[in-house]
Amino acid sequence: MALDKPYADVPGTTIFDSEMARKGYHLNQFCMSLMKQENRDRFHADERGYLSEWPMSEDQKQAVLGRDYNGMLALGGNIYFLAKIFSSDGKSFQYAASLMTGMSEDDYKAMMVSGGRTPDGNRYIGEKK
Amino acid sequence: MARITAGIGASHVPLIGRAIDTGDTKSDYWKPLFDGFEYTRKWIADEKPDVIFLVYNDHATAFSLDMVPTFAIGCAEEFQPADEGFGPRPVPTVEGAPDLAWHVAQSVIQQDFDLTIVNKMDVDHGLTVPLSLMYGQPEKWPVKVIPFAVNVVVYPVPNGRRCYNLGKAIRNAVQSFDEDLNVQVWGTGGMSHQLQGPRAGLINQEWDKRFLDRLADKPEELANIPHIEYIRETGSEGIEMVMWLIMRGALGNNVKELHRHYHVPASNTAVGHIVLKSQS
Repeated sequence: MALDKPYADVPGTTIFDSEMARKGYHLNQFCMSLMKQENRDRFHADERGYLSEWPMSEDQKQAVLGRDYNGMLALGGNIYFLAKIFSSDGKSFQYAASLMTGMSEDDYKAMMVSGGRTPDGNRYIGEKK
Repeated sequence: MARITAGIGASHVPLIGRAIDTGDTKSDYWKPLFDGFEYTRKWIADEKPDVIFLVYNDHATAFSLDMVPTFAIGCAEEFQPADEGFGPRPVPTVEGAPDLAWHVAQSVIQQDFDLTIVNKMDVDHGLTVPLSLMYGQPEKWPVKVIPFAVNVVVYPVPNGRRCYNLGKAIRNAVQSFDEDLNVQVWGTGGMSHQLQGPRAGLINQEWDKRFLDRLADKPEELANIPHIEYIRETGSEGIEMVMWLIMRGALGNNVKELHRHYHVPASNTAVGHIVLKSQS
């Protein structure tokens, strides 16, 4: 019997469940390797070469090279693991969040300061505001 | 005998730690947030707890996908602040309370909660930011800490009811420890926030405030909240609030609310803070 996924109809959200954790295992473990400075240095010196050491799919590698965070989420990346990539790029969580929403960082910051994204219209796919 | 005298709920946003570490707590952006912790900083200086049982989650720091313990209790003599990708925070080493930690592990496992015993673990912002919020920037933390890490990152994560009941088991365990110790339990993380995907930035102030309203006197209602409600209403990372229910369960039936603070935003997150005194 398939596992119940009541969160499948939450818009713009990927829940890191067992299916995603399996799909993204090597992608996320690559991210963990960036916790060490020597690995960060090697990655930034030759990103393609460093990624070739990991048994990741070509799609996953392309998403990393393009810093396509929504793409990485869809391919099994978890945001706390992916954070190692943008941290090693010297970027903040707020920068990464704005990128994933398609907003400029300034617009995203302004939205947060004025109370954040409202839940109204964002609970279910197709929910009316 | 050891006593659990009080509980604290507090968010653990990494950027709060950065604001403290860089001396930026008085700026227009941060001052309203930090002002809400002034009460607690004075209060805790009088309370002088001996041990903090600090419930937090590891953010892919000590635990990669190699091992994902649902509940992990730190039994080591000490814990180093972790390098989370940009060097460790400039905060003191965290001193453990191994005798009490091992006692709690033994007692709680015998109450049917399968804890993972951890003897070597670095601790990330989830643990060190709340310490900085309450104690500022001392040369040495004035308290011993038992790190208690809850998996709220890789699903399935424990539900609120299980966390609440685990808190009760922790209370039984601490109260059966012979040494005379003043123990506080802290529940950290939350409140509403989503860090990923096109819905990132979601904040639900109304929901958060109803959660805080019910924490002291209606914890049973909160324990019934299913995962999907946290995700839908408070964002994918709002699930961290189940950790506050471990704290609440550990305080016994009757508690008094001493202080509350709520502020939006810290970076991507709604910050909640509450101080509860155990009455029983």
